[in-house]
Amino acid sequence: MLYSMDDMFNILPTVIVVAWATALILVEAFLPKKYKFITIWLTVLGLVVALVAAINQHGIEAEAFNGMLVVDGFSSFLNILILGSGILAVALAVGYNKRFGFDRGEYYIMMMFSIAGTMLMSSAADLIVIFLALELMSIPLYIMAAFYRGNVNSEEAGMKYFLLGAFAGGFILYGIGFVYGATGATGLSQVVTAINGGVDSPTFLLVGAALILIGLGFKVAAVPFHMWTPDVYEGSPTPATAYMAVGAKVGGFAALIRIFVVAFPTLSTDLVPILWGLVALTLVVGNLVAIAQKNIKRMLAYSSISHAGFILMAFLPYGDAAVFKSSVAAALFYLLAFAITSFGSWGVVIALEKSEGKGLLLEDYAGLGRKYPALGVAMLIFMLSFTGIPPTIGFAGKFLLFKAVMEGGYYGLAILGVLTSLFSAYYYLRLVIIMFMKSGEPNIVSDRWVTLVTASSAVATVVLFMVSTPLFAWAEQAVLKLF
Amino acid sequence: MLQDYLNDYWPIAILLLLTTLLGIVAIGLGYLFGPRRSNKRKNAPYESGMSPIGPGTRQLPVKFYIVAVLFILFDIEVVFLLPWAVIFKKFVDEGLGNFVLIEMIIFLGILLVGYVYAWKKGAFEWD
Amino acid sequence: MLLSEATTTGFDLFSLVPWIVFIPVIGLLVNLIFGRKWNERIIGIVASSAVALTFVVSVLQLIALQGNHHEAHVVPFVDWLSIGQFHLPWEFRVDTLSVTMMLVVSGVGTLIHIYATGYMWFDVRYKEDLKSYRRFFIYMNLFIAMMMILVSGNSYLMLFVGWEGVGLCSFLLIGFWFDRNPDTTFGDKNAFAGKKAFVANRVGDFGFLMAMFLTFWNFKTLSFTELFPDAVAHYSGDPALIWWITGFMLLGVAGKSAQIPLFVWLPDAMAGPTPVSALIHAATMVTAGVYLVTRSAPIFNAVEGVHIMVATVGAATALFAATIAVGQHDIKKVLAYSTVSQLGFMVAAVGMGAYVAGMFHLVTHAFFKALLFLGAGSVILAVERGHHPLIGGHEDEHEPHDDEDHHELFDPQDMRNMGGLRKRIPWTYWTYMMGTFALMGLPIFAGFWSKDEILLDAKLEYPVIYWVLVVAAFLTAFYMGRQVWLVFFGKPRHHASEVAKESPWSMLVPLLVLAFLSVFGGFMNWPFEGGHQFGHWLGYTIEKATGHALHVPAFDWGVAIPATLLALLAIGISWLIYGRNPLKTGQQDPLEKALGPIFKGMHNKWYVDEIYDFLILRPYQKLAKFFAETLDWNIWHDWFHEKGIRDNFQKFTRFLADPIDLGVIDRIANGLASTVKNSGEILSRLQTGFIRNYALSVFFGVVVILGYLIFR
Repeated sequence: MLYSMDDMFNILPTVIVVAWATALILVEAFLPKKYKFITIWLTVLGLVVALVAAINQHGIEAEAFNGMLVVDGFSSFLNILILGSGILAVALAVGYNKRFGFDRGEYYIMMMFSIAGTMLMSSAADLIVIFLALELMSIPLYIMAAFYRGNVNSEEAGMKYFLLGAFAGGFILYGIGFVYGATGATGLSQVVTAINGGVDSPTFLLVGAALILIGLGFKVAAVPFHMWTPDVYEGSPTPATAYMAVGAKVGGFAALIRIFVVAFPTLSTDLVPILWGLVALTLVVGNLVAIAQKNIKRMLAYSSISHAGFILMAFLPYGDAAVFKSSVAAALFYLLAFAITSFGSWGVVIALEKSEGKGLLLEDYAGLGRKYPALGVAMLIFMLSFTGIPPTIGFAGKFLLFKAVMEGGYYGLAILGVLTSLFSAYYYLRLVIIMFMKSGEPNIVSDRWVTLVTASSAVATVVLFMVSTPLFAWAEQAVLKLF
Repeated sequence: MLQDYLNDYWPIAILLLLTTLLGIVAIGLGYLFGPRRSNKRKNAPYESGMSPIGPGTRQLPVKFYIVAVLFILFDIEVVFLLPWAVIFKKFVDEGLGNFVLIEMIIFLGILLVGYVYAWKKGAFEWD
Repeated sequence: MLLSEATTTGFDLFSLVPWIVFIPVIGLLVNLIFGRKWNERIIGIVASSAVALTFVVSVLQLIALQGNHHEAHVVPFVDWLSIGQFHLPWEFRVDTLSVTMMLVVSGVGTLIHIYATGYMWFDVRYKEDLKSYRRFFIYMNLFIAMMMILVSGNSYLMLFVGWEGVGLCSFLLIGFWFDRNPDTTFGDKNAFAGKKAFVANRVGDFGFLMAMFLTFWNFKTLSFTELFPDAVAHYSGDPALIWWITGFMLLGVAGKSAQIPLFVWLPDAMAGPTPVSALIHAATMVTAGVYLVTRSAPIFNAVEGVHIMVATVGAATALFAATIAVGQHDIKKVLAYSTVSQLGFMVAAVGMGAYVAGMFHLVTHAFFKALLFLGAGSVILAVERGHHPLIGGHEDEHEPHDDEDHHELFDPQDMRNMGGLRKRIPWTYWTYMMGTFALMGLPIFAGFWSKDEILLDAKLEYPVIYWVLVVAAFLTAFYMGRQVWLVFFGKPRHHASEVAKESPWSMLVPLLVLAFLSVFGGFMNWPFEGGHQFGHWLGYTIEKATGHALHVPAFDWGVAIPATLLALLAIGISWLIYGRNPLKTGQQDPLEKALGPIFKGMHNKWYVDEIYDFLILRPYQKLAKFFAETLDWNIWHDWFHEKGIRDNFQKFTRFLADPIDLGVIDRIANGLASTVKNSGEILSRLQTGFIRNYALSVFFGVVVILGYLIFR
């Protein structure tokens, strides 16, 4: 039997999210205006149910739909990560959306669809499915970016993201076409079989792989495919930014890891120089340009570009199975660290943001640490974590990453990484100085859910650092079956 | 080998040639035999359409787009449904009938949800 | 996990060692959580007693070590990270070296905490920020905890954690008065000084990190127990590697211990409250570099020639900083450069392989430099209290002068405003003199013995360094003489000095204890027969690590006598210049007149800051600006988009519009041309125009990558 209902059960968390979101569309359509908040609670409930299912699924190894989808430790790690992120993103959005007057249930439904897309990306084992999942992940993101209707910046952000996203999607599709042309298959395992059997046109295969790398490089915002990031991050509603900073990265890296590890390990000698260049460019440009930013959303955008560079570093030992295992695990760990820190810092941004883009300049943070010490300390923790200073999870992430890269023998890049993270201390620290050492009268908008997210992220940033051993063990176990 | 490869394209080349010829013949015949009474309105690029002068970014009622989107929705439904119906019998013969049917029901169900949502949100009311 | 090492023979004192970190942490937590409502006395008592308890635990470690025949003992605490065969445990290492550091840090720390309870009481009132009293002691306790992690860790990683932690505390405490007096003297400048310290330290940290990476990659471990002596001995056959490791480590030392070329942050760090200067920037944190070199002795010993590198840096710093100290007017700045110079002595000593001498000087220097800084704080406070008597405070015998403008720019740290203070503040004066004599290296006093030992080692092996250090020692005696004449002798040069007040007992008692230690502390390493106790004590650790017996040179009168004579000569010269004819109010410094441009150079720190600004900071900022503005905006946007795309697009459309359309539809040609132009303008106004620009960036990325793949 080619298909069975077991397939549905194997990807239960994804099915739950999709079905739930679809049902929520109806709920949203029929709910009277007074009870719209129910959508939000139902969204959270759905995500929690899916999260429970995902955790419950931990340790299961299975294939679904004739090998088009794979369920393994890797997908379950990322599913748990993205579902958790989704819950945080909802918490960030509730008060914000109401405050700025676009409090509509569709926002959360869109986010659920996007989450479903990300989850599918993490378990997709077929190039076509990867592309579909990518679109399922991205299109709701475009809508979320433009969700602040009537705000020119938000509409512009959505439009930009959409056009450039479509552009990048074209590259991926083109790359898939090349790979199919060279190997006659789209399933990752068939592709690798074909490659091992020898292909007629290695150049086609290589070009296809490079095009896929470029398209996904766009999704994770690697230089020079990063140009959309600052504009979109700045223009989008901040909770949407917070979600896309994590969601798009998780999805992009999930697909990158899955495709390159499973299908293209033999191309490593050809692709590694390109990756090297991408990483070096991303690290340097991301960290240097961030220094010149005056708007915190743009600064965090460039910072997120630079973190994409750090995660991409983990790809360099790619092809060297002994090292790559720990480097992919380090990438997963870093992704987790980045997600937690990022949500926390965006929470602080949301707390300070006022209408018409006020309260977003770095100087608006002057005096924050004195007036709201708890918030200031939380932001300090996030900045330390971004910089990679102990005792934060960001330090553990960088440490494991550099270790893996050096084990792979890429000393030059490791030194570049250390140097650029040194640069990054400059702008992260500048914010800390502004917060604690400049006088000012910032006003925050109190919002208990945002406070909850910020506080719990701050605690998690420190506490998870203490327990980074089991976390890393989990990440290592997640990548075990990839190879 | 390249020769074989290009041989596949012969029909397309012939098609191109034929369509070009058809266009030339049609316009040529009209040019030769048609009456000519030109005036200002007739010389405009779109005789009965919109004026070609003026800003290109005019606002249009958003409803046009909604209609277009809805059209795509049902268009795709048909595009999916037709081939599915054609080979459905083959699946039944292979014993996959139920599965394929359920798949299509899920697909239609999702479409239906979108349809209900659009309806409820008033996408079909012109005013 | 805690206290898990209790042995069968009863209670094991070693198992107490984690408390040296946790007692200060508990202290700070108590103040943090409950201190909001407490008054200053309780906060001070909590903080001070936490450090005092830490000192008690340190003493217990000393006793435990005696009972263990001075054998190093490792107390495992927690496994911080373990990945495969790779372990990162947090272990405490109790050996003679780490216990020495523990005792110094917690001992001097306790005294400074007690002092600070008094000092900060006034300070928060002068700076009008009563709330920061609690903040100060929280930071101070945090610092003690971090310093303890640094000295007690059994691996480079834990050392690094502490190293970063003390850096953070230093940064927080330098910028402590970041928001007071936004004029040029205080305020923002304090925050800037904090940032400078942080940046300089990050450069140093980079070195340390690289050294750590290299160590780990080649020796496969960061644990001291495993590294020394086996792993290092095994790899010493690779001199290039050792050179790299020690070179990077030296960069780290230069950052933390303020050596050339990274010393610039330490003088600016004096912007912090004076107890901070005493504790962090004189007695403890800045000596971490010396500790690091001593701890890494086997690596530094591994290859011939490394010693010269380190010793040269130290000696050069010692001399260079001493010359700058001569030209300072600020009482704390003199001491700051003096600290840099004395750290140079220590680094030179450990660099030469004279680890005992370096550590010995570290200990005595902690006594007398802490004393001098605390004394200077007492002087500053006395002057400030003379200048601004606290209204409504419990002491206000003195009416403020009517003609005195309280908003005038008055610098209570400028020695030119002082003079004749020995009568007003006798206790401070006498204790300060003890510290001064110790720093000058006059016989009997603590500094004499330790400095002498450094000079002795230098003379035996590195004559050039010996002479450099002798000159530095001479300058040391001179600038200290200058300072004492300027501050305590002559006549008051400012009204504030005339009415200066002696400090409270909470500040004087620590001064007295430190004065006692500055006088007699040197006897712990009595250099004659039956002496060298400190050397033997440290030897247990260092000899075990390096595998070689320590070389203990015999006392040499040929070193001691000339050094003493030179110090006396320097005092004499300073008397000729400053003592015989005391400085008058507003008078120019006679040395300034005599030396002219040289003094200016000394006063302006030989323009090192300006040179760094010119060579490093500005190009760096320019580069960042270039990337942000020129590359991202000007080239991409202005040049590429505006010029390259839009103009050409317009040209192209105009080409379409003018010659082609004109000929075809001539009646509306004019209208069309302007339409195209307008739409071009609309196009440029629309933000969407930029998307093309962005897409082009993607496109170029694609072209480059594919081009590489195809034409490689």
